Amino acid sequence: MSETSLHINGREYQLTADRQTSLLAVLREFLDLTGSKYGCGEGQCGACTVLIDGKARRSCLLPLSATEGKQITTIEGLAKGEQLHPVQQAFLDEGAMQCAYCTSGMIISAVSLLNANRNPSDEEILTAMQGNICRCGTYPRILAAIHKAAGVLQRGQP
Amino acid sequence: MTPKNEVPLTIEPERYEFTAPATYVFQSGRRDFFKILGAGLFIAAALSKAEAAQESGGRRNPEDSLPQEISAWLHIGENGTITAFTGKVEVGQNIRTSLTQAIAEELKAPVESISLVMGDTHLVPFDMGTFGSRTTPVMNLRLRRVSAAARDVLLAMAAKQWNVPPSQLKAESGKILDTKTNRSLSYAQLVKGQQIAQVIPDEDPLIPPREWTVAGQSLPKVDGRDFVTGKHRYPSDQKLPDMFYGKVVRPSAFNATLVSVDTKEAEKLPGVIVVRDANFVGVAAPDSATANKAVSLVRAEWHADPQTSSRELFDYLKQNVSPREERNDNSRIETGNLNAALASSTHTRQQTYTINYIAHAPLEPRAALAHWSDDQLTVWTGTQRPFGVRSELAEAFHVPEEKIHVLMPDMGSGYGGKHSGECAVEAARLARAAKHPVKLVWTREEEFTWAYFRPAGLIEVRSAVADDGKITAWEFHNYNSGSAGIRTYYDIPNQRIEFHPVDSPLRQGSYRALASSANHFAREVHMDEIAHSLKMDPLEFRLKNLKEERLRAVFEEGAKKFAWSGTKAADHGFGVGGGYEKLGYVATFVEVAVNHSSGEIKLVRILTAFDCGAVVNPDGLRNQLIGANIMGIGGALFESIEFENGRILNNVFSKYRVPRFRDVPSIDALLLDRKDQPSVGAGEAPIIGLAPAISNAVFDATGIRLRSMPMGPLLAPHGLRFS
Repeated sequence: MSETSLHINGREYQLTADRQTSLLAVLREFLDLTGSKYGCGEGQCGACTVLIDGKARRSCLLPLSATEGKQITTIEGLAKGEQLHPVQQAFLDEGAMQCAYCTSGMIISAVSLLNANRNPSDEEILTAMQGNICRCGTYPRILAAIHKAAGVLQRGQP
Repeated sequence: MTPKNEVPLTIEPERYEFTAPATYVFQSGRRDFFKILGAGLFIAAALSKAEAAQESGGRRNPEDSLPQEISAWLHIGENGTITAFTGKVEVGQNIRTSLTQAIAEELKAPVESISLVMGDTHLVPFDMGTFGSRTTPVMNLRLRRVSAAARDVLLAMAAKQWNVPPSQLKAESGKILDTKTNRSLSYAQLVKGQQIAQVIPDEDPLIPPREWTVAGQSLPKVDGRDFVTGKHRYPSDQKLPDMFYGKVVRPSAFNATLVSVDTKEAEKLPGVIVVRDANFVGVAAPDSATANKAVSLVRAEWHADPQTSSRELFDYLKQNVSPREERNDNSRIETGNLNAALASSTHTRQQTYTINYIAHAPLEPRAALAHWSDDQLTVWTGTQRPFGVRSELAEAFHVPEEKIHVLMPDMGSGYGGKHSGECAVEAARLARAAKHPVKLVWTREEEFTWAYFRPAGLIEVRSAVADDGKITAWEFHNYNSGSAGIRTYYDIPNQRIEFHPVDSPLRQGSYRALASSANHFAREVHMDEIAHSLKMDPLEFRLKNLKEERLRAVFEEGAKKFAWSGTKAADHGFGVGGGYEKLGYVATFVEVAVNHSSGEIKLVRILTAFDCGAVVNPDGLRNQLIGANIMGIGGALFESIEFENGRILNNVFSKYRVPRFRDVPSIDALLLDRKDQPSVGAGEAPIIGLAPAISNAVFDATGIRLRSMPMGPLLAPHGLRFS
């Protein structure tokens, strides 16, 4: 057990936890940030994806010790007040969900991709998203939503 | 510390599916409703006797309840808020939205003013569960009737208040409008200070689909924003103050019994509670890391007898058929004279098809949060059968059902895989011992192992056909996988069709479309085999043997849109498969391409034509149709549970492949919006045509006939694989 300080969604959190605890367990159990989901615990499904310094990482495999000093963004921290992130808005516009349990991880993975590449091709999207599972099979809509969000970001909105 | 003075409980691992009906129908009488919901207008829909028997399992009413079997109710509060109550649950099939549309349509109220309480056993009418694609044909209709009745009551109230005939009034945007004077009264104003309760017979006239303005349109998911912001709390996200985390010690194999257990080391951990009760061993701890550690310190010894493994599965199924006297009478269909028809034909075929066990693998595993307060139990859990889970809890804990409250927050999908309440029972058992609320979330490995599977099956087909392409004989035997979709819809004079139940080596249960996928696979591949043997076009051959007008329509319209008769590139193949399930008509067309240098077979495109009557939400329906096909790719090509001696060998996603982004070809849906036909469900039927269509397309392209699901492993001996 040790004192740790975490930067999550622009806030600072102090907590006492075992440094080997997964970031996912910390988010969900200690901080009640339940938007990041458990799906497999082996980094295979992507439901737990968060941004670490703007890049998608699987929080189920990330020990607390690896997150110190890093900027962590979860699904709860993407919108600016009432203004949704363009990727969130595009998922709504395209109806890119059914049960939506995968949605947080899908959105975060897409934001990570678009942070690095404002105009991804289909092929680049597939490569970036292949590690995220949607059992309901909404993949074509997610693809469409990512293209739509890319367009919005390219035009510099919002 | 293990609680010592408790009555030993037996947790039954085999309980799933349609369990015996429970004793009580209602938690609340009519008066209680106004206490819970406040004043206003309360309308309940009564079921006819026949419907009541079918939908509620023939349950009786307790004395103080509403006068007849009730299927749905609706409340309009003094602030104009409309709340509808249904035992159906939202698992991603989007019924929270489609049912809201139905209410908005009939009640002429804004969508934003309507909310649904779903699957809360204290507040909603009894419901058997959300399965069998019953929500749209049954609950959608019921809520429309309740809403139409509420509208009529509001019209009558306004007419009385203004002392005018109701005929000069109309309902519009949450108001009653006087068309002569243009004055209006909102629903909120009308119900202010009232406590009006009415039970309506199930026969109010409804707005016909051709006049729909809200239903029939593509309304986005009503609470979509909560899902893209992470705000929605799924069952596994529930939390209570002083909550503990549970963890179960799993047996070494299926059907294992506990020989001995040493929990001393685990009990030394701070805050840990260990429970041993019959074959159940579990722990609860203030955080999940401690719970995991405690479970790892438990030393349990199990005994299990040798069990059937996947490599001998199909021999086992053929050789272990349940005795005939234990079967249901309608497991066999016999028409005409099959033996004579087979004997007199020169074109006969006999083939065997196999279907492996597969897992539902809902992305949210089973989860429950259980809380005891005195002898009252409250459980939040992900289930398609909240009332079924309540019965399981009542039985496991010897507690009357009225002391158990099950709530079902919209969950991370089910696909027929969450009918059972084992996780809720486990969480409640731990919570009772811990004297804290306990949350239990199954791991992926547990979900893959201790849930239940889509049944495996062996199907034998024998057929005879005349020179002109008319089928004369059809014999069809299904071992174990089930009887859903077992009847042929082709017009065949001599038939013998039989379902042979088997004592399954794995725990099995419902799965999206049940056995219909297996039965359609065997039937529609066999149809293709006959067509090719006669050198007939497979679609033309089907139509020659098919009278059912709506099924013909999906085949014909789908073929047009797919360009079935159009040109085909070299090394490409076309295939079709279709049928009828859960009142929906489906035809799926597939194009594949073979790359002989790489050995890869690629799905190029999929088109599914579907008729489910009048379409309630076209965009939601498209989402279901395309999603079902994408899910179906897994069972068709690569999903298969491997097991050995009571253990699952591929119980993680890294060993059990499910469809991912790159597996999805160009995919489209054709909706035959039949406004002249009642609306029916769409969550299941669209999955049935895909696997046979792929098999038939691969044959068209390569001449290789694939007769097993999954098909992928069958390609290896040919030096081919699906990409």
